[in-house]
Amino acid sequence: MRRWFDDLPKYADDQSWHPKGVKRCRPEVFLFWLGLPLTLLAYFTVGAVLCLGLGLNQTNMNDYFAFGVWIVVDLAVIALGAGAFFTSFLNYIVGKTELKPIVNAAVLIGFICYVGAILMLGIDIGQPIRGWFGFWHANVHSMLTEVMFCITTYAIVLCIELLPSVLDNKRISRVPEFGTFSHNLHTIMIVFAAAGTFLSFFHQGSLGGMFGVLYARPFAARGGLGIWPWTFFLFIWSAIAAGPSFTTMIVMLTEKISGRKLTSHNVKMLMGKISGWLLVTYMLAKSADTAWWVWVKLPSMGLTMDDMYHNPYGYWLMWFELGLFGWVPALMLLQEKVRESYGLLFLAMVMTCTGVALNRFIFTIQSLALPVLPFEKFYAYLPSWQEWGIASLVLGFGLLVYMLAYRYLPIFPQEPELNDK
Amino acid sequence: MVIDLDKCTGCGACSVACMSENNVGVLHDETDKIRSITWLRVYQIDNGKPFPETEVAFIPRPCMHCQGGKAGTPGQAFFQADPLLDEEAHPPCVSVCPATATDYDWETGIVSQIPTRCIGCRYCVAACPYHARYFNWYDVPWPKGTPRALSPFVSPRMRGVVEKCTFCYPRYQRARNKAMVDGSDIGEMDYQTACAEACPSGAITFGQLQNPEHKVHKLISSEHTFRLLEKLHTDPKVYYMSKRAWVREMADNYVTRHKKLAQAAVGGGH
Repeated sequence: MRRWFDDLPKYADDQSWHPKGVKRCRPEVFLFWLGLPLTLLAYFTVGAVLCLGLGLNQTNMNDYFAFGVWIVVDLAVIALGAGAFFTSFLNYIVGKTELKPIVNAAVLIGFICYVGAILMLGIDIGQPIRGWFGFWHANVHSMLTEVMFCITTYAIVLCIELLPSVLDNKRISRVPEFGTFSHNLHTIMIVFAAAGTFLSFFHQGSLGGMFGVLYARPFAARGGLGIWPWTFFLFIWSAIAAGPSFTTMIVMLTEKISGRKLTSHNVKMLMGKISGWLLVTYMLAKSADTAWWVWVKLPSMGLTMDDMYHNPYGYWLMWFELGLFGWVPALMLLQEKVRESYGLLFLAMVMTCTGVALNRFIFTIQSLALPVLPFEKFYAYLPSWQEWGIASLVLGFGLLVYMLAYRYLPIFPQEPELNDK
Repeated sequence: MVIDLDKCTGCGACSVACMSENNVGVLHDETDKIRSITWLRVYQIDNGKPFPETEVAFIPRPCMHCQGGKAGTPGQAFFQADPLLDEEAHPPCVSVCPATATDYDWETGIVSQIPTRCIGCRYCVAACPYHARYFNWYDVPWPKGTPRALSPFVSPRMRGVVEKCTFCYPRYQRARNKAMVDGSDIGEMDYQTACAEACPSGAITFGQLQNPEHKVHKLISSEHTFRLLEKLHTDPKVYYMSKRAWVREMADNYVTRHKKLAQAAVGGGH
């Protein structure tokens, strides 16, 4: 009679878990490099134990900077993780099947971003055990309620979207039940792509709406359409512009680190083109919004633009966000020659992602840094080492999951054919 | 509430009375002012002129209990409307709370805070332009024996939640109960906040703004009355008074051009 552990020696063979037709480094080299994410996770654990055990006094946040680096990182990774829903939307719903070779990677990166953000938010709230109150005692007027609902449900959708990649692992797919389940999941993936698009669309917007509705905070306050301030739409727009760039940028980085081609350059160029057109239209809308804010909104509050920019949060931040990391990469990505060049495409995508992350930083930190009362003081904020520890979770967790997925899951379907020679 | 800034000496008795009434603790390091809890904070301002023209004023700042956002202002769909009163309310902090831990009381106009429901996300802290909301960054280190001296009417708060001035709401509840038993209305002096009672110079006056019988109702019609940050349409229920123009000007932001014109019109701010 066959016993369950008879096959164990076979399972211990690391190579048998690798995707078909690809080469991966030796297990000892892989284990060595796993030390990097594990070190980051150890740093996170120290920060988490201190913040959960002793309280948020371990951070450098205060009653003036109620939000800090965690919210900045959360907003940034959620925006950059938007590549998952938008690429799935284009691939499954719009029918842009040229993007199929990169959809798995987009979903994986989105999963990392969202799960990392949720874990961080769990530590960010002062009473983590009461986190469920947002669902139970939900205030339907709050943008944050909508964010909590949609982020949580979308993270579940991402798990489901990622599941076929896990089940398609060479060894796991040999189990007939898993193989069948995976096949069936593939056929109904359009449903999850649609659900993901709906959920992600609204929480990206609500994250922006969170700031626009702060009508007593002149830096953030915006008018809008119905119950939605303009920031609602701008956050969605910027996220879907930066998401494809971030996905492609990570794939390109993986190619450089592993020395293997993972997707054809055409796919990357298409992602760049999508990103570029969305970024140009976003920059038009963002520039119009900024002009309206400067010439209409601020004067109505008794303020001028000069009141909004003080060092260290000076005008340079605006020029960096709108100019160097806004219009410049947008126009770069529209050029076919830029997209054809591996290096320039990578550069433009890095700049796009930097611009959107900078936008999230500005909305979070600069909104709070500027004193509203005329006789209030300006306070500066720098995160504590414990805060950086918690923030490093996204990187540590992301690297760990990404390294494992790259090694064992068929994330890049084009890889065997591209590296055949 | 109306606070006469020309009468305020900045003694801080109002802050002390507030802390005692509402069981606000003393932290290990109270020099860390951006983390200490002062429901009623007293700001010191000056006219920015050198001696001997220097003038100083003090601005006691409780929670403003904003009604917020008049119709036609952005975000009106977030207004909570009371069909009985035909009024709207949209305080900056209330609509943002994801867990309904803060609410607008239609009967009194008081913005409440429910610490036991607060999840500590601090979104309301970010929304308040007056810095009237405080997060408990620490557990209060109550010295041995002191808990026995706490007010039994107000629950002390735990680490990780937000708290703020409630216009001494438990006092209102007691006054309401008494009025119910007596079969009468709540009288002006039946419900007074601790800060109003403690102020030695009588700078703080408390009552119903809409009741013509109450002193505050008359005071707010004075030409010297103003509120903080009126341009933001937060519609606060705390009014200030000062005969000094520069004090009134410090209450709000003005576009530079308007500020210069205003200064020229009043001869340099007096």
